[in-house]
Amino acid sequence: MALTIEEVRHIAQLARLTLTPEEELRYTEQLSDILDYAGRLSKVDTSAIPPTASVLPLRAPLRPDVVRPCPPQELILRNAPSDQDGMFRVPPVLDT
Amino acid sequence: MTDLADLTLLEAATALRSGDVSSRELTQACLERIEALEPKIHAFLSLTPDLALKQAEDADRRLSEWRKESVDPPPLTWGIPMAIKDVLCIEGVPTTCGSRILEGFRPPYTATSVERLISSGAVVLGKTNTDEFAMGSSTENSAYGPTLNPWDLTRVPGGSSGGSAASVAANVCYAALGTDTGGSVRQPASFCGVTGIKTSYGRVSRYGLIAYGSSLDTVGALAHSAADLLPIFHVISGHDPLDSTSMPEPVPNIALDDTDLTGLRIGVPKEYFIEGMQGEVETAVQEAVRVLESLGAVAREISLPHTDLALPVYYIIAPAEASANLARYDAVRYGPRIEAEDLRGQYFATRGALFGQEVKRRIMLGTYALSAGYYDAYYGQAQKVRTLIKDDFESAFKEVDLIACPVAPTTAFRIGEHSEDPLSMYLEDVFTLPANLAGVPGIAFPIGFDTDRLPIGMQLNAPHLGEAILFKTTYAYQEATSWHKERPSL
Repeated sequence: MALTIEEVRHIAQLARLTLTPEEELRYTEQLSDILDYAGRLSKVDTSAIPPTASVLPLRAPLRPDVVRPCPPQELILRNAPSDQDGMFRVPPVLDT
Repeated sequence: MTDLADLTLLEAATALRSGDVSSRELTQACLERIEALEPKIHAFLSLTPDLALKQAEDADRRLSEWRKESVDPPPLTWGIPMAIKDVLCIEGVPTTCGSRILEGFRPPYTATSVERLISSGAVVLGKTNTDEFAMGSSTENSAYGPTLNPWDLTRVPGGSSGGSAASVAANVCYAALGTDTGGSVRQPASFCGVTGIKTSYGRVSRYGLIAYGSSLDTVGALAHSAADLLPIFHVISGHDPLDSTSMPEPVPNIALDDTDLTGLRIGVPKEYFIEGMQGEVETAVQEAVRVLESLGAVAREISLPHTDLALPVYYIIAPAEASANLARYDAVRYGPRIEAEDLRGQYFATRGALFGQEVKRRIMLGTYALSAGYYDAYYGQAQKVRTLIKDDFESAFKEVDLIACPVAPTTAFRIGEHSEDPLSMYLEDVFTLPANLAGVPGIAFPIGFDTDRLPIGMQLNAPHLGEAILFKTTYAYQEATSWHKERPSL
């Protein structure tokens, strides 16, 4: 299955990645090769086969819903590239 | 006296208990050896000598109390210097996943597996090199440069736990933690001539392991032998309330005191001997199976009929999970930021510039496989074929106790050999991926050398939560042979 460069650009948009023109070309070729290889999966009859999302039996363990201490704010903010007044600082999200 | 760093983990533990050496002396021996060998092999991304010496002194204090009070002996990990793969968080210690996008990140908490080792007295020497976000089979995808194989500095150590494998092979630590999503403990163990355990999915908590493929990721360990690995397995395994996929089942207390394998049924899957594999690897595996037979095991050929589909299944499912997991790198809460006009632009600029080629390739592949119109054909279909692969193992384990097979089709390849062709690199994982897809445990250990004196490894797989049989069988093999005692000359 061959991808087009437009599809590669679309996937990069979905994945929030800026690609260089060289990367767009390289990924068009390499992803096509890999998807081509993965194409052999389509030849397997799986009409009666359930999917495996996890190898473990489905469990929903519960814990008591009690208040517990959480890490202090300054510890969490220590890794922030930018912060202000106890919050993560980011550039504008919406046009003003 | 020999260099302290040349002791095995159990020899070091025995010397510590008797008071012949101190943890501080062991730690200093390792740190000196690291300083001497790092310029050659580049196994570490960061070192923690101050932390290590403090932990060693604490360990020594407790050891002398223990000796005076002669109460229960400490765990065998007590006072033992180890290395930790740089995808496992340690509070306050740089944790990069081999990526520039986590440059400078110091986690506010410690991974459960590491926490348990530290609580059991282990000394942390530093963080080992890895393919970026554990995506790779050679450690060449590290943003901080490759690790080199101690047996031949022109070759890769395997990956992604290449730094951990090389550090154990070079005797700069007694053991190391690694992680295995598609073979990342077993394949580097094989390439570096050490023993590596990939635990069952759910056996060891993933809390604090920076996620790559969440349904496949496992924590494991590398050392020189099954006997050296066992105390680490006992410490890191078991339920953790912080990981809902960690299993509540009790961890078996495994004893290695018997080398008689009488009655053990071993299956050798015919699909694991493929065209194009290195002949010496095939021969060595057959010879190693004969050794197990001489110890009483009964081997026979079996079939895992869907083996050839493991690679395409893995390279849909793992990238799909990775594309979701790596969406968190948004330059808002941690990591460096490439400034842009608006938030959206910042996402694109930072991710585009700071993720490496292989990581971007897998994010793209996974995003595509999950995207509207392609989900059923790729991700959905891969999940169904995964069921067939899992069923292969379940059927096989009705007839045999253990599966014996090669770890990789070749011994360590040259630096750069696969760098232009990602698919040829992926093919290196062909024998290790199935265990991750099925969630079963595996162990890799040295069984010989090829004509270039590069280590050859063999893999054993057992049913889910069946690590005991892996340890016992490997122990029996290692009591009967000496391949695991060979060391590279550096």
